[in-house]
Amino acid sequence: MCGIVGLYLKNPALESQLGKLFEPMLEAMTDRGPDSAGFAIYGDEVGDSWVKLTLQATTEGYEFKALIAALEGKLGASLDWFQNASAVVLKVKAEESVVRAVLGELAPSVRIMSAGKSIEILKGMGLPKEISERFGLGSMKGSHIIGHTRMATESAVTMEGSHPFSTGADLCLVHNGSLSNHFRLRQELRREGINFDTDNDTEVAAGYLAWRLQQGDSLKTALDSSLEALDGFFTFAVGTRNGFAVIRDPIACKPAILAETDDYVAMASEYQALSSLPGIEKAKVWEPVPATMYIWERESA
Amino acid sequence: MKTIDFSTSTVRDLNQALHDQVKNLEEREWVVMHPNGAHNLAVGVNEAVSVDIQGHAGYYCAGMNQKASVTVHGNVGVGCAENMMSGYVRVKGSASQAAGATAHGGLLVIEGDAGARCGISMKGIDIVVGGSIGHMSCFMGQAGRLVVCGDAGDALGDSLYETKIFVKGKVESLGSDCIEKEMRAEHIEELQELLNRTGFNEKASDFKRYGSARQLYNFKVDNASAY
Repeated sequence: MCGIVGLYLKNPALESQLGKLFEPMLEAMTDRGPDSAGFAIYGDEVGDSWVKLTLQATTEGYEFKALIAALEGKLGASLDWFQNASAVVLKVKAEESVVRAVLGELAPSVRIMSAGKSIEILKGMGLPKEISERFGLGSMKGSHIIGHTRMATESAVTMEGSHPFSTGADLCLVHNGSLSNHFRLRQELRREGINFDTDNDTEVAAGYLAWRLQQGDSLKTALDSSLEALDGFFTFAVGTRNGFAVIRDPIACKPAILAETDDYVAMASEYQALSSLPGIEKAKVWEPVPATMYIWERESA
Repeated sequence: MKTIDFSTSTVRDLNQALHDQVKNLEEREWVVMHPNGAHNLAVGVNEAVSVDIQGHAGYYCAGMNQKASVTVHGNVGVGCAENMMSGYVRVKGSASQAAGATAHGGLLVIEGDAGARCGISMKGIDIVVGGSIGHMSCFMGQAGRLVVCGDAGDALGDSLYETKIFVKGKVESLGSDCIEKEMRAEHIEELQELLNRTGFNEKASDFKRYGSARQLYNFKVDNASAY
């Protein structure tokens, strides 16, 4: 089943309240997804030669402090980090590939959830309320955020199998539905150099988009071609560094609803998740048309 | 008039109170405040009561309705008035997918648009949509009438039985065995009566009629090799 939600702020004055506005949206989708939950929040951008990563350990009580010290020693680059529950947000003045290589060597069990300039992905097993409390979602700031509540049907309930999935810089995807050709497509994408951490179908969709964007496609072209390449049922919400997109497959079995005001664009699986937003009574509310893309992007990235 | 406010009550409170009216009719007029998109509002009502829902409703609103008159002052989610037997459901906003699915009777009016699969497998209900409808609408429709004042999406009336379909605007494509049919005087008359009753200011003669070509009704021996 699963629930997906997204909130994209048009009015920068609301950025300090992003987490507070989004928390009830995520929790409203508990009935659709009580197994695990997660969100990708965009904001707090790092500078030009910096990269930001979100890390999660697969073992409880992992000693991140020692890892970061070892990483700093190996890289000899400036870095900044903080721990948030089981996750670490790490900012390093270095190339992403270099940081990934060193992390892989020092701590193979630590998973890199996201990498980019802006994105942070926080997710885990449990009810949406537990996840939002664990990571302090309510006090987070940012420009846009997408989230997911999972009712697992297709692969194991684990932290790694939780959404959102990211397979490219600042790109992430949440998905309601199921893909039937993910096995073959994963093999093809691996040959193209895309890495996958799980057996999850959604990760393949994220990988496909990352690959198309690497090939020079715009987000719009990449999403357009995903309608051809992906076989199955899906409603996707996609986050990029400066944008937010929603698309449904041509059959459109999986629900989606959009709302727009002067202040924000919000997306959810069900209207219930939008009912807590300010000014929703006067918002333009509509159901996205099948096989049609809806994209909102900021001009300045 | 009895008001149920979802700031303090639940869907079960509402539905139980409505179901109780069958044994002991105490109140004919009901108002629901702050529905906030809740699912299953006024489902399975079986008494001639009126229910006004002041806001958006979630899935299966007024499903299985008999006799009651339900008005939603907002949008509805999937499966509004599904399997309705009799009565009247009016949606002031738009409806999501599968509105009026499998419904046997009564009247469903949607003032805005309806999503995909509107009237799927309908069995006698009248559905009148002020706006447009999505793809695969009236799939396997068996009886009743579907009226669309706007446009219809792909594969309208696929595998249709005897539902009558009237569309004023453009039809993206017709499904298997669905064809345009002549709009005769008796069709204009029955459609005008239905339009007038639902309060849409439309001229029946502006509509086109679609129905079953009746080619899929029986197995054709010529097609045996396909099986």
